[in-house]
Amino acid sequence: MMHRLTASPLLWPVLALLALLGFNVVLTPAFLTVRVEDGHLYGSIIDILRNGAPTMLVALGMTLVIASRGIDLSVGAVVAISGALACAYIASASDAGSMATIATAMLIALAAAVVLGLWNGMLVSTFGIQPIIATLVLMTAGRGIALLITEGQIVTVTSEPFKVLGAGYALGLPVAILVSLAVFAVAALITRRSALGMLLESIGVNPEASRLAGVRYRTIVFAVYVFSALCAGVAGLMIASNISAADANNAGLWIEMDAILAVVIGGTSLLGGRFSLTGTILGALIIQTLTTTVYTAGITPETTLVFKAVVVIAVCLLQAPKFRQLVRRRRRHGPPVPSTVPETGVAELDKVAAS
Amino acid sequence: MSTQTVRPAVALPALAARLRGRYLSPVASVVLFAALFGTVIVRYDFASPAQVFLNLLVDNAHLIVLAVGMTFVILTGGIDLSVGSVVALSTVILAKTLQSGWPAPVAIATVLIVGPLLGLLMGIVIEFFELQPFIVTLAGMFLARGLCYVLSVNSLPIKDPLLRSLGLNYLYLYEDKFIRWSVVIALAAVAVGAFVLHETRFGRTVYAIGGSRQSAQLMGLAAARTQISVYVISGFCAALAGLLLGVQKLSGYSLNGVGLELDAIAAAVIGGVLLSGGVGFVLGALIGVLVLGSIQVLVTAENLDSYWTRIMTGILLLIFVLVQRVLVRNTR
Repeated sequence: MMHRLTASPLLWPVLALLALLGFNVVLTPAFLTVRVEDGHLYGSIIDILRNGAPTMLVALGMTLVIASRGIDLSVGAVVAISGALACAYIASASDAGSMATIATAMLIALAAAVVLGLWNGMLVSTFGIQPIIATLVLMTAGRGIALLITEGQIVTVTSEPFKVLGAGYALGLPVAILVSLAVFAVAALITRRSALGMLLESIGVNPEASRLAGVRYRTIVFAVYVFSALCAGVAGLMIASNISAADANNAGLWIEMDAILAVVIGGTSLLGGRFSLTGTILGALIIQTLTTTVYTAGITPETTLVFKAVVVIAVCLLQAPKFRQLVRRRRRHGPPVPSTVPETGVAELDKVAAS
Repeated sequence: MSTQTVRPAVALPALAARLRGRYLSPVASVVLFAALFGTVIVRYDFASPAQVFLNLLVDNAHLIVLAVGMTFVILTGGIDLSVGSVVALSTVILAKTLQSGWPAPVAIATVLIVGPLLGLLMGIVIEFFELQPFIVTLAGMFLARGLCYVLSVNSLPIKDPLLRSLGLNYLYLYEDKFIRWSVVIALAAVAVGAFVLHETRFGRTVYAIGGSRQSAQLMGLAAARTQISVYVISGFCAALAGLLLGVQKLSGYSLNGVGLELDAIAAAVIGGVLLSGGVGFVLGALIGVLVLGSIQVLVTAENLDSYWTRIMTGILLLIFVLVQRVLVRNTR
């Protein structure tokens, strides 16, 4: 039991999160207290969950993309476009408060996100362009497109039902975090209860070999980029709904970097072939807690970036010697077996979390 | 490149095909630049087309220097996302040290030491821990940008007379056509970059690593040292670009150069540097910068909103990436 615990790749992220939380408790003893007001839960922990929800969502999509040995730099642009479309539609509608308007606005935004995901998937799988460059195109042009939709303005909307997604509560918890956790549960179920996760990892390990082995490379790659864009689309709606406005310049700015950080901290290999959705959730929580810690510790908020850099380097270096050992072992024993011990550990944890 | 699909050889002789592949993309960029620039000149009837061209160089001097450094990194198959932040850090260090009364040469020297030092750190981490350049330079990007804020949150003015004269004085070429000193420095960087890449042992090693790291190492080339060196070079170029930008804006500000790394990568790609490494020229990157600069001029002259620059840059990037893809297929 002890051995399995220490062998788990989730050990470091969990310890880091606990250390951060512990630091906060020392700093402000009331940090962990959760109050109940008007049937809602309030407290720093709840704030962390709510503010971290969009990053968490984007990071989930990013995890699957990275597992296929890809990367999606365009998520920030998709966040901006999705928020811009929804707000532009609601602002132009005659009845901004009706459910039908909100539903249509969200559908339009998500449909656009799917199209953008298909676009990325097409560049990567059909044209065979490196993922980092293929998504760089949309990253460069996407924010311009979002500004085009909002005509360079910040579009504000006054609509009570639209605010529910980003600022509302259900069952005492923020709706945003419930949505993110629901997406996590669905993604974990689909990838770990079916063979899809394994197929994804096989593509990440060796695209050519898995294609020859009969894995439907093209379909799966399309699917992960669409999923990633869809997650970014929902996150865009969350951010726009939280502030009741679409800010095409700043919505989702740097969110791709935060998402990649969350994925890396969570123990997913950037080389593809090994992913952990639970780890990503932990990673996103670590990043959000870090940001909150900087605020509560009274350090200038802008220096959060320095802390993030230190965390990334630390996490990468912690993972690096292990990775080198792995490489050495592989060289000695010839081609690797796709499923190794840590992966089953992650798979089980994911299953536990999902059920 | 070894992960790409191997296509059956085409009927053309391999050498001719390779030459066509290597030069077609830069030549296409030259044609594109000529077309874009021609359109701008003809359409808007500028008083002095020569000065418009010189202004392209003046306005983009820092980007030219960045693109040179980025070319080295991309040629080895890596990427450096930290350059935009290092530019900002350089401007802030320059302004801050001058403000605290350091003599200008010492301030400049400090900047030119910090940039390569950051590059050296990133290069060492990338090389010895076998981490992906992407994630390491991403951390470098956060670190440099964060350090800017630690030094100063506000914009700091640069009042040093030497630097002001460097930034404000015109350098007349003939009649009333002028450039600034920054252009001279940028073009010198291009010349040095081209010389190092094409005429020295180090340059050939850079190409060799980009072609195949393993083969380069088996041939006994100093792969590790070269790999680290390109990040130092990129860091130096970023610091130099930061000096040029600081002198141009006469201020140091932590929000300088946001997104510059994307422009530098786009310039290199449009100039025909293959992102998988091993193929490309420094001069190509220069042309890439000129193309991006022409788009800027076009958007300004047409009185379009500034976001059109981003959309058009994205579209161009897409076209060139697709062209590269076709070329890579043909040469294999």
